[in-house]
Amino acid sequence: MENKKTGFPRGGVIEKGGTAHDYSTGGWRKLRPVVDKDRCTNCLICWVMCPDSAVIVEDGKMIGFDLEHCKGCGICAVECPDKVKAITMEEEA
Amino acid sequence: MAITMTKGQTGLTGNAAIAIAMKQIDPDVCAAYPITPSTAVIEDFSSFVADGKVTTELITVESEHSAMSACIGASAAGARVMTATSSQGLALMWEMLYIASGMRLPIILTNVNRALSAPINIHCDHSDSMGARDAGWIQLYSETVQEAYDNLIQAVRIAEDKNVLLPAMVCFDGFITSHAIENITLLEDEEVKKFVGEYRADRYLLDTDRPSTYGAMSLPDVYIEFKHQQSQAMAGAKDVVVEIGKEFGRKFGRTYGLFDSYRLEDAETAIVILNSAAGTTKVAVDELRKQGKKVGALRPRLFRPFPFKEIAGELSHVKAVAVLDRVDSMSGFGGPLFNEVRSALYDNEKRPRVFSRIYGLGGRDYKVKDALGVFGELEKVVETGKVETLQKYITL
Repeated sequence: MENKKTGFPRGGVIEKGGTAHDYSTGGWRKLRPVVDKDRCTNCLICWVMCPDSAVIVEDGKMIGFDLEHCKGCGICAVECPDKVKAITMEEEA
Repeated sequence: MAITMTKGQTGLTGNAAIAIAMKQIDPDVCAAYPITPSTAVIEDFSSFVADGKVTTELITVESEHSAMSACIGASAAGARVMTATSSQGLALMWEMLYIASGMRLPIILTNVNRALSAPINIHCDHSDSMGARDAGWIQLYSETVQEAYDNLIQAVRIAEDKNVLLPAMVCFDGFITSHAIENITLLEDEEVKKFVGEYRADRYLLDTDRPSTYGAMSLPDVYIEFKHQQSQAMAGAKDVVVEIGKEFGRKFGRTYGLFDSYRLEDAETAIVILNSAAGTTKVAVDELRKQGKKVGALRPRLFRPFPFKEIAGELSHVKAVAVLDRVDSMSGFGGPLFNEVRSALYDNEKRPRVFSRIYGLGGRDYKVKDALGVFGELEKVVETGKVETLQKYITL
């Protein structure tokens, strides 16, 4: 499969799974999500909706964002329920 | 379909012969959209599917762009994949042709050569496949129904060779070869099955034990390396074509090479020409040989990769060469075959005089008298040592 001379896999195939994690997309971000944990109910809708799997959850609780991969799309802030609105998007400095 | 069946000979159109070859190869997937003059290939093949003669999954799609896309997906998933098209159909596949070759997927495509619009025309010229000449596909051109059938079977082995892994296109002339019946010899189903063997991709999308990604983005840090690999594989395909052509000859008695030389050994002038028109040219060669004129013909079989060294060697002793293209590159400088052959000859110590003639666009007949006319021009070039007209259209 791999070309012995160059070490590059034939046809640009990526020969293992999960490699998107190695690619930092956080630099694309213009707006940064900020969570107010006093308001957050840990409903995890943001975790479900995040297209970049950049919402970090531990022991069933939302604890923040993976800013290496968050592109700042703001979907989490929109999807956070109206009664809660714990996530706001702030300008990156 | 078959009109005679004596001593292994069968009367078949080019399209019917290709459909039978596909039946014998029995690919895993075929995704296609009908277009004249290649329609009968898939028409016949879909009968084989409906009658349970093959195990192929036939995907009927809504366009050729989708046909090639489905072929790419199926091939990446590990299937042996075939399709057929012509003209606008190949043009609509354009974007995907490059993806198939860049992803190194050994898809096999039959292209029945037909002119491109506009003006709309359903008859033969080579503007479709020549437009795809830089798409990274191996291109085999076929003079006869027999060769088209044999080429398709060999194309499977060439494309799937571990050192190649590139898609391959088998081209032959629309109507002239696709619809005219020729007496040909078919191989036994078992012979074809054994010759092409079973296709096993060494990595494929449906391999859940070894997950992989196809078609990932590749930026300036690696893109050129992938293209370099692809380029090397293409250049190396030439030797594989020769090897497979010899093996085919050993097994079935019909040997194929990079090109077909006709009475070139002592020829002073020669016509270089692709596909069915080479047959017409050979008749002209025979007529002139009877008059004692030293003429010959060269018909490239492999156009991509282009066997430039071998062709330059084959023509090294010839004094004047006419390269006839059934397509215009619209470059103001002759057709694609002319440019390749002329460029190939540049490194020869003794270069023949070379000129370009464009013929037969949109299915205009190319007759023996046309070939004789070109040989007449060549003779004049040898006499005067000068090419009066570097490029022009004939058969106008």
